[in-house]
Amino acid sequence: MKAVISVIGKDSVGIIAKVSAACAENGVNILDISQTVLQDYFTMIMITDISAIKVNFTDFVDIMDRLGHSCGLEIHAMHEDIFNSMHHI
Amino acid sequence: MLAIEDILETISMIREECLDIRTITMGISLYDCQCEDPKRLADRIYDKIMRCAKNLVPVGEEIEKKYGIPIVNKRISVTPIALMAGQLDQDGVIQLAKSLDRAAQDLGVNFIGGYSALVQKGCTNGSRTLMESIPEALACTKRVCSSVNVASTKAGINMNAIALMGKIIKKTAYLTRDHGSDGCSKLVVFANAPEDNPFMAGAFHGIGEPETVINVGVSGPGVVASAIRRAGNCNMMELAEIIKKTAFKITRVGQLVAREASARLNVPFGIVDLSLAPTPAVGDSVAHILESMGLEQCGCHGTTAALAMLNDAVKKGGVMASPQVGGLSGAFIPVSEDAGMIAAAKAGTLSIEKLEAMTAVCSVGLDMIAIPGDTDEAVISAIIADEISIGVANTKTTAVRVIPVYGCKVGDVVNYGGLFGEAPVMPVRNQSPAVFINRGGHIPAPIHSLKN
Repeated sequence: MKAVISVIGKDSVGIIAKVSAACAENGVNILDISQTVLQDYFTMIMITDISAIKVNFTDFVDIMDRLGHSCGLEIHAMHEDIFNSMHHI
Repeated sequence: MLAIEDILETISMIREECLDIRTITMGISLYDCQCEDPKRLADRIYDKIMRCAKNLVPVGEEIEKKYGIPIVNKRISVTPIALMAGQLDQDGVIQLAKSLDRAAQDLGVNFIGGYSALVQKGCTNGSRTLMESIPEALACTKRVCSSVNVASTKAGINMNAIALMGKIIKKTAYLTRDHGSDGCSKLVVFANAPEDNPFMAGAFHGIGEPETVINVGVSGPGVVASAIRRAGNCNMMELAEIIKKTAFKITRVGQLVAREASARLNVPFGIVDLSLAPTPAVGDSVAHILESMGLEQCGCHGTTAALAMLNDAVKKGGVMASPQVGGLSGAFIPVSEDAGMIAAAKAGTLSIEKLEAMTAVCSVGLDMIAIPGDTDEAVISAIIADEISIGVANTKTTAVRVIPVYGCKVGDVVNYGGLFGEAPVMPVRNQSPAVFINRGGHIPAPIHSLKN
């Protein structure tokens, strides 16, 4: 099972490190990272494997949300099925 | 494999274009609550709703979190209460309304639908008791929604019921006069009412439905409007294709949520309703979709054609995305709940007559329209009769949710707040249809050959 973590906001030093540390702590394995600009905002997309996640996925969503608040960013973790449903027949 | 551009598109739809799931609605049958004692009947209804829907809100919130998509409303629809009210008096049926309201409050759902009667062919004792109780029931509850089906293509139009509904709407407006007559925002008069509609105020759990069921209503006018704007200068065929593809994507999310809610609640999946449901929020307007197609303002000539194309394309995209589609499934055009409609009504571009024409090609009908508080009850009945005739003749659902706002006149604006938005009071024609309405009786079902 995979999840997508999106980080949207102002670019600053150490974003990747903070998100990666939170992932590692919760057993979430990062598979791929890419960066782009979405409607003028810095956007980082991480594709992660959540097969060995140590907490409930919804709790992990909260952890990412709180991390985002503390850094002045929007950080959302979303289950891959929403993307698969929408874009694959 | 997840492609970055697909991920970005989805995130952008949710973040920038107001994509959401408008409602997860659990339908609950109340037949097995039947009881001779009115007090016990009310208690059994409360207990059954509490038992069946206890996990609805928490499960909705978990799904919302898992997929990162807002699920704006969690709601309940029940068996039309008129079917339970055969032996009740006014007080008894109002007790049932209070039970429904209490269950909705205790479960944390914002609306419960099904304070309803189906009278297309005639009134039972229960239907009459319920209809007469509607003003008081809506005035003494907050979350109860009421609907009355007064016509169908097979049965024709019950004009006695339409005459009565004019009076009931006026009385509801009077009893809720301290809150902008908002009781009328929870009351819908239908032709060909769908039995699996998840949207309020017209939701009820139809007589052919299972014990419990999960129906989901999707939304996303902002997503469609953005896709059209991005497309730039293309012809109508290309535009229809873009709308179809967008509707497919929106509906797939609805289907995902419906399947997951159904599995987690252990309740059968019913339908996904393909409606484009606007809210007063910026970027969530059906009127703005029509304007993005090239109309100066919603309500100008060309609006009906644009809406017909939009509605058809949404359905074509949506049916491919879900195995079971139902409910109202079409674009909603509630005036007070759509920023573009509000602006068009204020500017005088959008009239009730144009809205009536628009309802011939999209779902629902004259929806959330504020009219002067001194509008005669026969005029309200005649507005209903006109709109209902469109549904009956065209074998489709139509409905009327008008609010004769007590003490307000044309040009006033009533603010209902939240999803109900703000309603500019629109002019109606006051020449009297009273003799026509008071004839009563039944307009026979229309013929379905010799079509023209």
